[in-house]
Amino acid sequence: MKFVIGMHINPAVLDALTDEEKAAIGDGHGALLAELKESGELMLTQALADPSQSAVVSVRDGRTVVTDGPFAEAKEYLGGFYVVDCESRERALEIAAKIPDAALAGLAVEVRPVMFYDGALEA
Amino acid sequence: MTRSPIEDLLREHTPQVLGTVVRRYGCFEDCEDAVQEAVLAAAVQWPSDGVPSNPRGWLTTVAARRLIDQLRSDRARRYRETADSLATVPADVPDTDDTLTLLVLCCHPALTPGSQIALTLRAVGGLTTAEIARAFLVPEATMAVRISRAKRLIREAGSTFGTPAPLSAVLHVLYLIFNEGYTAVHRADLATEAIRLTRAVHAQLPADSEVTGLLALMLLTHCRHATRTTPAGDLVPLDEQDRTAWDRSLIAEGMDLVKTALGGPALGPYLLQAAIAATHADADTADETDWRQVHALYLILDRVAPNPMVTLNRAIALAEVEGPGAGLTLLATLDADDRMARHHRLLSVRAHLLEKAGDPAAAHDLYRRAAKATTSLAEQRYLEGRAARCRPSAPT
Repeated sequence: MKFVIGMHINPAVLDALTDEEKAAIGDGHGALLAELKESGELMLTQALADPSQSAVVSVRDGRTVVTDGPFAEAKEYLGGFYVVDCESRERALEIAAKIPDAALAGLAVEVRPVMFYDGALEA
Repeated sequence: MTRSPIEDLLREHTPQVLGTVVRRYGCFEDCEDAVQEAVLAAAVQWPSDGVPSNPRGWLTTVAARRLIDQLRSDRARRYRETADSLATVPADVPDTDDTLTLLVLCCHPALTPGSQIALTLRAVGGLTTAEIARAFLVPEATMAVRISRAKRLIREAGSTFGTPAPLSAVLHVLYLIFNEGYTAVHRADLATEAIRLTRAVHAQLPADSEVTGLLALMLLTHCRHATRTTPAGDLVPLDEQDRTAWDRSLIAEGMDLVKTALGGPALGPYLLQAAIAATHADADTADETDWRQVHALYLILDRVAPNPMVTLNRAIALAEVEGPGAGLTLLATLDADDRMARHHRLLSVRAHLLEKAGDPAAAHDLYRRAAKATTSLAEQRYLEGRAARCRPSAPT
């Protein structure tokens, strides 16, 4: 079963962390990545740039309009995600609980099933 | 995918060869590598040199040589001595079928079901890692890691034959492979692969009623394969399928198996499900379905292997026999079950029965909730279609 585990970031929460705490987050992700690679459950993971770098694209009457993002103004935004393929929803929740962000108040880790998947699987 | 006759031949012999080599030398992981090299050599040589008179013997000999070369070089590295005791390859290869022995190994209890499936398809089915990765929509690298990890776990758990995976575990993995192929419209080749492997097990254990039942269940389900979706990929429910397009030869074979097995003393879950599928296959039109028999079989199944999904299916049959009210009453017993309460199947069956009971507004609401709860796109489209049909404002 495939799941996207999304990490919702609140920059105010991250800014308030000490350097040690920030390093611990990095280490935690590193350890989880190693585990998921070893178990054959990792499909991919990506971290996204700050929402201030995003652009919103819309096409109206055939004309493309680009405006500065983000689309939704919110305190929290999607900071990155893992795509995993694992045995069950229970296992996906277990993986999510190992993401360091899950232990920080004000950040959220969200698990959602994937309904459709395509991509460079032959690579 | 189309395969050449040589590829078919190789796939037929690979599990046998692997079984023989593992039986003789142990160490599943190394044997698998050696057999793959032998298969590769055959795929290169046979098309030009011709197929040898004893393909299995050829493959076994080549695989054993590769394995011995490997063991020798390992030993040379470690001990600087040769492995003379392993050097003699017996000329005669026993003509026994090792498929079941290999399946038992691949379904090792140390592995998760996903790994059991992947390893079974790789080692017994002879599919390439790339093919398995495609079938399960994961990157090839991910699948390669999963398979080598499975092999390592088996090695660590003691890799020689005699590891006790019960037959039921093997049948469950075959059932899962079939289901994987059946639920995913574009992966029908997994269903035929599951049938091929189950046939091999049945050939070895023709008297086991659950093996017979599982094979019959697959055949009597797969017979509807061409009719269960539209060319656009939309699901067609059982009562709307074109029954004249059901595969008659699969039905005949499945029916025979069910009849034979029902004559025996054991009445297990696979055989009961096969008997239910046979009852459906026996009806020329949906209206002619013997729902009393279907319901009676589900009732026995619910006692033999109690499971909320069985109760759910029994409710559909009961509604056909006694009316939607009786079905809805039975469904209500499932609400207390945490696994089921939010399950899209419960929502959609309840919607279906409410629609039959003449409550389109409630049915509409439940079909919509079921559509949101499913993670299958085809199912979601189907449920949204049913919901639209029940919309209070919809023209009748």
